[in-house]
Amino acid sequence: MSIADFIQKIEGEIEELPKGSLQPETHYREIPEWSSMHALILIALCETDYDVTLTGEDMRSCKTVNDLYTLVKSRM
Amino acid sequence: MAFLETRNVRLRGISACVPARKEYNRDYDWITEDERKLLIKTTGIACRHVAREGTTTSDLCTIAAEKLLNELGWKKEEIDLVVFVTQSRDYFLPSTALILHQKLGLSKNCAAFDMGLGCSGYVYGLSTVAAYMSGGSMKKALLLAGDISTVSVNKRDKSTYPLFGDCGTATALEYDAAAGPMVFNLQSDGTGYEAIIMPDGCLKQLYNDASYVEHEVEKGVIRSKRNLWLNGLDVFNFSVREAPPNITAVMNYSNRTEADYDYLVMHQANLLMNETIRKKLKIPAEKVPYSLADYGNTSSASIPLTIVSQLAERAKQPARWLFSGFGVGLSWGCVSVETDQLVCPPVIETDA
Repeated sequence: MSIADFIQKIEGEIEELPKGSLQPETHYREIPEWSSMHALILIALCETDYDVTLTGEDMRSCKTVNDLYTLVKSRM
Repeated sequence: MAFLETRNVRLRGISACVPARKEYNRDYDWITEDERKLLIKTTGIACRHVAREGTTTSDLCTIAAEKLLNELGWKKEEIDLVVFVTQSRDYFLPSTALILHQKLGLSKNCAAFDMGLGCSGYVYGLSTVAAYMSGGSMKKALLLAGDISTVSVNKRDKSTYPLFGDCGTATALEYDAAAGPMVFNLQSDGTGYEAIIMPDGCLKQLYNDASYVEHEVEKGVIRSKRNLWLNGLDVFNFSVREAPPNITAVMNYSNRTEADYDYLVMHQANLLMNETIRKKLKIPAEKVPYSLADYGNTSSASIPLTIVSQLAERAKQPARWLFSGFGVGLSWGCVSVETDQLVCPPVIETDA
């Protein structure tokens, strides 16, 4: 899995994010439309597509999309 | 592993009763229109039935039970056992099963008691009734399960208010030496007791002035200690971690695979969580019914309500089922059960 694939999956799951709007360095919680519901969608995506469990603590400790990607990759 | 195998007990019928009054999440103006759309899409919950003040869960279960007894042609004096599963009792004491016993006009030769469980409660309730009956002394029993949750949630808490609906159900079980086995796998993790909790109102903290003080926990989440609190992320992690292996263990114990079952009926928590569980189990979507859109999360009523509202016709034919409940406690369980000619009258709506 490359970070480009990861971003593509997230943008596919979260309709509110226009294609190409996420970058590795994007602070995802600072996206204006971001909500706790999106955190759940991301957690569900990682469970079903990568069989990786992300906790609430993981979501809080990660700031950028790249942080998340690195964490998910380390658990695959 | 807490496996339990019971024999000689057959599910004969299921009925469900909801308040007629509906609330639509598209009208939930505590959050923005965009948030509402995302909420409905993600949770799968468009509409919920909400009880009037003063309506009790026992009112709904009484109506459901009367209907079911009538459909089955059962006499009230034949009922040997009533088990009521709820987290919304009529009184601190006595147990609400006795109120139901009185309302239904049952005989004195009938055992009646409550079980205090929520999302997992239907599976636990079935296990208890089946275990009592499998010896053959008790011939007919009613399992009544449901909750009125809408009195507990704060309208200004977006993490709970749009999720819950009210419902009471009745399930009829009968001793039958020809019935196939029921196989249960019952699990618990009390270390997670705070994940879903109403902090005040019982002996640990009786209601006091502070119970009613509302606090803003985060944007869109305002609640007091008399309200139901839900840690959505923790419950999500718990459910997708624990429910799939719990269900798989039941199939393995029964020497069956997913292909041997017609349906997996899950507790209706929310669409995102339930679909994540379904995908992890690799069970086709057509085998996993939902009632979330019309009723929301109805606690221990959600499994029987889903069967009655989605599969009443199909249930007349022979079917193999997995029922899976998971949540508050933390408590979870699954049962493998076979039915034939299951009687499911249409969902009743009441103005009571």
